[in-house]
Amino acid sequence: MKSLEHMNVNRRQFVTMGVGSVAALALAACGGSSEGGSADDAAGIKVGLICLHDENSTYDLNFINGFKEAMETLGVAEGDYMIKTNIPEGQECYDAAAEFADAGCKLIFADSFGHEDYMIQAAKEFPEVHFCHATGTKAHTEGLDNYHNAFASIYEGRYLAGVAAGMKLQELADAGKLKGDAPKMGYVGAYTYAEVVSGYTSFFLGAKSIVPDVTMDVTFTGSWYDETAEKEGANKLIEGGCDLISQHADSMGAPTACETAGVPDVSYNGSTVDACPNTFIVSSRINWAPYYEYAYNQVAAGEAIDADWTGTLATDSVQLTEVNEAAAAAGTQEKIDEVKAGLEDGTIHVFDTANFTVDGKALDSYEADVDTDADYTPDTEVIADGYFHESEFRSAPYFDLRIDGIKLLDEQY
Amino acid sequence: MIHITKRKELAPQQMLAIRLGAIVAALVVCGVITAMVTGLNPISVYGAMLNGAFGSQRKIWILLQETAILLCVSLALTPAFRMKFWNLGGEGQILVGGLAAAAVMLVMGGRLPNALVILLEIVAALAAGAVWALIPAVFKARWNTNETLFTLMMNYVATQLVAYYVIKWEVPKGSGKIGIINQSTEIGWLPQIAGYKYLLNIIVVALLTVGMYAYLKYSKHGYEISVVGESTNTARYVGIKVERVIIRTLVLSGAICGLAGLLLVAGTDHTITTTIAGGRGFTAVMVAWLAKFNPAVMVASSALLEFMGRGAGEISTAYGLNHSFGDILTGIILFFIIGSEFFITYKVNFQKKGGERDV
Repeated sequence: MKSLEHMNVNRRQFVTMGVGSVAALALAACGGSSEGGSADDAAGIKVGLICLHDENSTYDLNFINGFKEAMETLGVAEGDYMIKTNIPEGQECYDAAAEFADAGCKLIFADSFGHEDYMIQAAKEFPEVHFCHATGTKAHTEGLDNYHNAFASIYEGRYLAGVAAGMKLQELADAGKLKGDAPKMGYVGAYTYAEVVSGYTSFFLGAKSIVPDVTMDVTFTGSWYDETAEKEGANKLIEGGCDLISQHADSMGAPTACETAGVPDVSYNGSTVDACPNTFIVSSRINWAPYYEYAYNQVAAGEAIDADWTGTLATDSVQLTEVNEAAAAAGTQEKIDEVKAGLEDGTIHVFDTANFTVDGKALDSYEADVDTDADYTPDTEVIADGYFHESEFRSAPYFDLRIDGIKLLDEQY
Repeated sequence: MIHITKRKELAPQQMLAIRLGAIVAALVVCGVITAMVTGLNPISVYGAMLNGAFGSQRKIWILLQETAILLCVSLALTPAFRMKFWNLGGEGQILVGGLAAAAVMLVMGGRLPNALVILLEIVAALAAGAVWALIPAVFKARWNTNETLFTLMMNYVATQLVAYYVIKWEVPKGSGKIGIINQSTEIGWLPQIAGYKYLLNIIVVALLTVGMYAYLKYSKHGYEISVVGESTNTARYVGIKVERVIIRTLVLSGAICGLAGLLLVAGTDHTITTTIAGGRGFTAVMVAWLAKFNPAVMVASSALLEFMGRGAGEISTAYGLNHSFGDILTGIILFFIIGSEFFITYKVNFQKKGGERDV
């Protein structure tokens, strides 16, 4: 993938390969001016994307790929979209956003949770520019016309991935290959943040819909990207008797630990089948391209962008990679398709209160902290019609219940 | 045969010529490597670097701000380095300074008038940085422990301390992020001068540069530092209390690192993270060495490093190259600049056949 991108760059520019002297500089200087601009520039809106890391992080790569895909679909000329990588979650994010605005961008995206406050700061200063922040929580309370949050109902993707995990556990149980009496899963999470809680709970419920007696251990690394900690976490879970591992952190730590130990793994952010051909089952991911296209089209048409936009299975924002037949149980794809249809037509709800208990009791009411504040004050009733309404009152997840059957091994993060 | 001899002191214009020659050579090598590896036009890559650093008014401000912070840390390390006390704990001293400032902003915000919060925050940040340097200094002065390792280890303690408080103060729960502190009230934020975000930091560091130059060059303290740096025995012989000089100098060094933390937390970022120091504690070591511990020259060396850093960022934005490519170019340029010092200190003689020496 990366080498292909570099190829594009190569073609775009005058090539001075193999000339090894100052003459190369002079020659190349002449060549540079002959380069022509691309003809089709649609509405001519310039767009910028701010990334916390670069392509080496699966998380950022997922954003970068979605962004490039959307720009291609929209026919935005190459010079009209820009990506800044390795932008920390500090004043540098504000600076990067402001530089994009200076360069004439009308639409600026950022990909990391910690960018949010700096995007808001920039949004206040550049009212004519739209700032779209993925995974943030404050757009609906900030009240700015040009500041927006986006996320996707990834809990539905996690649920489907959990179904695939359940199928695998059932297969292991039928073959008498479970490590213990009942199937047990392990999950490597980054922080105890609602986004992670919502993710591992939906994954667990997906598996539970196939194997009702499943339990799960969760460990946290305290970092979104820490290959060593993720690997150690996975190994700890495997040693603790887990039959299958999944993760919500952005390195290859957990998947490679699983491949080494020969334990099945349900991945995240994209397929890890290349590195883990024998253990990778399936992976869920958010496809950001639909959001980029939506936001761009709204700006082009002069229409408002939603303060909170939640992509769904229907918008193709929530995707599952191909199932790896070598590791998955037979019939996994068919089962996923069946459950997916149920989620789409509303006959299945991921957080159906009939399917989980908290401290032994089913819930009929819960107030979540939807409007972010320093004291985490619960403010919104989120259970109605028999299920927990995730990502409806704001795009970012707020499911933070500790349900029965899931054991948190550590909670310091 | 090649024969290397130590040079006598070169004339300033000769030294300048060697250094400029090194930079030109570095640029040519960078150009060739750029063309070979990426197929891009090296001139336009240099153009992008210049554009990244100076392309707009905002970019110039950012460059000045980044230079100021890096310079501030370099100035902090300088008195210690002159004394041959290798303070590699800049990173940790910045972090605890920033943490102290953040703590005051969070805890005292709304309880005290803003001016008092700011005053308290300045005192807390400087004191925290000073204490973080004082600990290894006392051990060095009393028991002659290895300050390189000690200061280095203090960085990890500081990082963990910040990590702990980030989890304690995080919003929302479990996110591991504090976000902008007092974003709506701006309590504890250092004031902006004439509406320019970064002007205050730049002025503070400019004054600090002049102050540090004078301190090292003209004050009795500065002289004592030099003597201790030359030889502790000589210093003792002439009646300098070496232990006192070590401790006094390190308190100063740490307090200035704490000031850098204050400028970052209360001046620009208004948050605290474990990565807020951004490696400046180590980059500053290079800045100080490149400038031979001369504060005036440090202005240039820190500006050069920041220019290349900003330029590298622009290359990755403009050409879709990985940020690491910019780092490779920076590495090449630094290699040549450091290498040029060899040719300033030593002379390379090529021996003619038959053993006759070329004079």
